[in-house]
Amino acid sequence: MLTEISTTRRLLVSCAVLLFGLPAAAIDAGKAFDDPALQARYEKLIEEVRCLKCQNQNIRDSNAFLASDLRREIRRMLAEGMSDDEIFDFLVTRYGEFALYRPRMQGKTLVLWLAPLLLLVAGTGVLVAILRRRMSMPIDDDEALDNTVAGRD
Amino acid sequence: MTRYLVPIGLFALLLPVFIVGLTRDPSELPSPFLNNPAPEFALPSLTDPGSEVGSADYAGEFALVNVWATWCVGCREEHGFLMELAQSGAIPVYGINWRDNRPDALNWLDRLGDPYVFSAFDADGRVGIDWGVYGAPETFLLDPSGIVLHKHLGPLDYQIWQRDFAPLLGSAEAAR
Repeated sequence: MLTEISTTRRLLVSCAVLLFGLPAAAIDAGKAFDDPALQARYEKLIEEVRCLKCQNQNIRDSNAFLASDLRREIRRMLAEGMSDDEIFDFLVTRYGEFALYRPRMQGKTLVLWLAPLLLLVAGTGVLVAILRRRMSMPIDDDEALDNTVAGRD
Repeated sequence: MTRYLVPIGLFALLLPVFIVGLTRDPSELPSPFLNNPAPEFALPSLTDPGSEVGSADYAGEFALVNVWATWCVGCREEHGFLMELAQSGAIPVYGINWRDNRPDALNWLDRLGDPYVFSAFDADGRVGIDWGVYGAPETFLLDPSGIVLHKHLGPLDYQIWQRDFAPLLGSAEAAR
């Protein structure tokens, strides 16, 4: 009986290890930098760069070899002391603004940044207009109500 | 009735946007190199590891640069057409053997024929990144000054060549 439980438990643990361990094994193991500040920058950078081959993943989560190549290049550039902006420039000149999950605000990408704001303003405008009209409608006026109903097609 | 005209009008305005959006392939990214100089490179030759090949070799002529690999199904698909193209003499074809291993790549050229003036051996994908390559096969058409006239993603065939490449080659040559 005792051995049975431990076998089940062992099986469960093995399954858990397999389930949660596999993704970790797919991506580069261990830390890239000993310096915690560099490591933090590295982790932030690879979260912000799109894997061009597997477009809805960033290069941190992807094990496509293009993603691992890009991680290697980013490690190299960090080790060479390049700034985040220089690294983003490197990627954008090669792959275009699409490579960045947060495209920088400039000419072409302005519409991306402003569209949500414009839509919000337009939506609020429509909402206010509808509310105003409803509020100006008579509430307890049966005649007006009848007229409204009658006026419908 | 007029109250319905506004949403219908808005929808009519949006319709072309949807149609264009549906027919476009989101995996095809515009190359930032289009109409700009292609990156320079120098790499060991695939067939002759001791010698170096690169962008200097095709300076001053029209060139087709094809990024290929033996693990790439689309490359197998387009190989026959590349052979025909190279034999026709329309344009010299240069290869960048991307993220591949040498014995496999040599075996491939041996079995299927070698359409390339040379194949540069980009084992670790550095030059691929410089060219903004994200999936083989990719094919770049360069003019004699090294400007990228066109980039094609995916297997090349006669129809695509006639439609996208030949006119550019013709008009650029006529302009010279």
